[in-house]
Amino acid sequence: VMLSGAGDRLDIQHADSRFGSFICSIIKTTMEMAMTGHLEPFDGLLFSSICDSARNLCFVVKRNYPQMYVDFLHLPHSTSDSSVEFLAAEYRRIITELERLGGAPIQDAALRRSIELYNEQRRLVRRLYELRTQSPHLLRAWESYVLIRCGNLMPVEEHIQILKQALERIPARPGKKRDAIRVVIEGAFCEQPPLELIRLLENAGCDIVEDDLAIAQRWFTEDVPITGDPVLALATSYVHRSVYSSVRHDFSKPRWEGLAEKVRSTRAEAVIFLIAKFCEPAYFDFVLFKKKVDEMGLPHLLLEFEEKLFTFDRLRTEVETFVESLVFD
Amino acid sequence: MAEKSASEYRGSIHQQQKDLMLDWYQRLDHAAETGDPPTVSMMISGNCVELLEGFGAIPLYPEVNALQLAIRHQSLEPILAAEEMGYAGDNCAYVKADIGCMLKGITPTGGRLPKPTLVLCNFVGCNTYVKWFEHVAVYTGAPLNVVDVPFLRGDQPSQADIDYVVRQLKEVVVQMEKLTGRKFDYDRFQQAVAYSSEVEDLWSQIKHLAKNSPSPFDAYFDAITLMGPLYVYRGKREGVEFFRAALNELKQKVQAGEGVYDQERFRVVVEGPPPYPYFRTFRDMFASWKAVAVASTYSTVGGLWEFGFRHDSKTPFESVAMHMLAQNVTNRNYLQRYDQIARYVKEWKADGVIIHFVKSCRLFSAGQGDMRDYFTKQLGVPTLYIESDLEDPRYFAEAQTKNRIDAFFESLEHAKRTAGHAVVA
Repeated sequence: VMLSGAGDRLDIQHADSRFGSFICSIIKTTMEMAMTGHLEPFDGLLFSSICDSARNLCFVVKRNYPQMYVDFLHLPHSTSDSSVEFLAAEYRRIITELERLGGAPIQDAALRRSIELYNEQRRLVRRLYELRTQSPHLLRAWESYVLIRCGNLMPVEEHIQILKQALERIPARPGKKRDAIRVVIEGAFCEQPPLELIRLLENAGCDIVEDDLAIAQRWFTEDVPITGDPVLALATSYVHRSVYSSVRHDFSKPRWEGLAEKVRSTRAEAVIFLIAKFCEPAYFDFVLFKKKVDEMGLPHLLLEFEEKLFTFDRLRTEVETFVESLVFD
Repeated sequence: MAEKSASEYRGSIHQQQKDLMLDWYQRLDHAAETGDPPTVSMMISGNCVELLEGFGAIPLYPEVNALQLAIRHQSLEPILAAEEMGYAGDNCAYVKADIGCMLKGITPTGGRLPKPTLVLCNFVGCNTYVKWFEHVAVYTGAPLNVVDVPFLRGDQPSQADIDYVVRQLKEVVVQMEKLTGRKFDYDRFQQAVAYSSEVEDLWSQIKHLAKNSPSPFDAYFDAITLMGPLYVYRGKREGVEFFRAALNELKQKVQAGEGVYDQERFRVVVEGPPPYPYFRTFRDMFASWKAVAVASTYSTVGGLWEFGFRHDSKTPFESVAMHMLAQNVTNRNYLQRYDQIARYVKEWKADGVIIHFVKSCRLFSAGQGDMRDYFTKQLGVPTLYIESDLEDPRYFAEAQTKNRIDAFFESLEHAKRTAGHAVVA
């Protein structure tokens, strides 16, 4: 199960006392979930290299819930061959822990089957995005977001069936092309905006042709090989065949070039930076992303959100003004 | 009650460290002019300064520049310049000050800073470092190398962790050979590691002197004075000489029964970096209570040596890797920091813990509410939690901070007095 905080479903009553000011909401709602018993159904929680706050959260949870298996997965910030070797060792360490937790060894054959299933899921999600980029009037971004996000909470086999059905039916949907600007959303790779905000952007006249929402299901740009050592295959894929992201570093391919490629391939006319409040990796990347987008001569807008945002008036005005300035330009 | 009290330790080591740091800035200025010696941008945390000695290169520490500016009340202008470029209010102000300075040509001494031969991001735990150095490389056009140091997930690094860092350090050596045209001098590197080990031993002895009552120095505010030479000169003979002199001077103070104040009223452990823009003001808030820091986590950012770790010249690469992985506070996990502070409280006999939340640094600060919960509820240690920033002067609320500090020491004083009565009764 992939957790992404508690969104707007949980009021923070206890977590503020553990994580003070200037810390983003997803850290607090995750802590709040732990403090209100919402994580009890789980035997373990696995954190990975996202940011400094998320890493500290791992250890705070570990102290407060010693009965739970809580671990931290270090993902490399480098793309050398030694990074692949290290990551394979790190995956094997986690596998040993999971075997202890599950009480049974994890066989290579089972891992390969699982990789195959997730490859299929990723292929379907990529097709869903292709379809949306080509025909945004047939599939709105908020719809595809829900289709994808639900997959984080169910067995992958079930999600594959849902995606297949959707892909079959979408081309036959009635939908009219509308006068809208094609935009790429960048910056919401961790804390997720309320669904209402995605709808707001679309209703204000944006066709969201690409985004980095719920990015995990599109993490690998190609299939993970199902031959050979599956652990090594996963490690190699992470180091060499991942999407660009503000929380993953490949210094041979700057992330701003990744964004530029995304803009070009989707023929986007603008970029909307959608950044969670207090999200430091996104704020840092914004500066160099903005530089690149400026060089490309593309208009852009910076919007700040929180997962539990409930008044949208100010954001609506900002987006509408932005869209109008482009449409009537 | 609070009263006015002289606070700063100003022995001969104070002047010596100033001279050493000035000399370092002069060498950087010379490098900017002539390209010699080669310079390497590095982070303080878990720095591998020993490796640079193998090339006769000197470190360039953006953090030291940033804090020097803040202490001199000059950080706001570059911070605002960076914000104008698009950096957010919530980005680390160290980074903003550094980048603002770079663009405006501001330096702490007025001298020049060179374009680094290599921007070496010795990552150790702080994700902001990665972004910071990536941006520095973009703006300076200097080559970037990020040494990926696995975060300490358990108590000790695994063999895979150590091998991984050693391999990357050797890659840095190859890259530096290409960039400088100099062959790596292994013997000189080994000698630097040996000097480091001596410095660490002396530094550790200094830290342990604070177990005396009164402590001969403040292990937060005065320790910061000593930290400059620790990071710049650790792998050099000058470093050994400086720390030997410092240890002797402080030992003499212990023998004479001299403390930081005429009387030491409270002993505290401080967690988190200081508010550099109000360094003096902040220090005076503790001085007025004659409260001495006997230990601090901030002084272990560059290395944690008081619990026994030393570099080892017999295995220089491995010991540099070990230092980066496991022997600095930033790459150690959060619960290890709790244990570190708890050890200080017990072994250095502290009355309480001061937790200073700094807005800029989430590595230090995210979760400090839980830390307070642990110390007050689980260990029963009096704890004060205050918030400001290490570089941005806009986040220091002087009156509020002073009120909280006063209230904390008043209650500590009350507790001490009533505890005394209990003993008498």
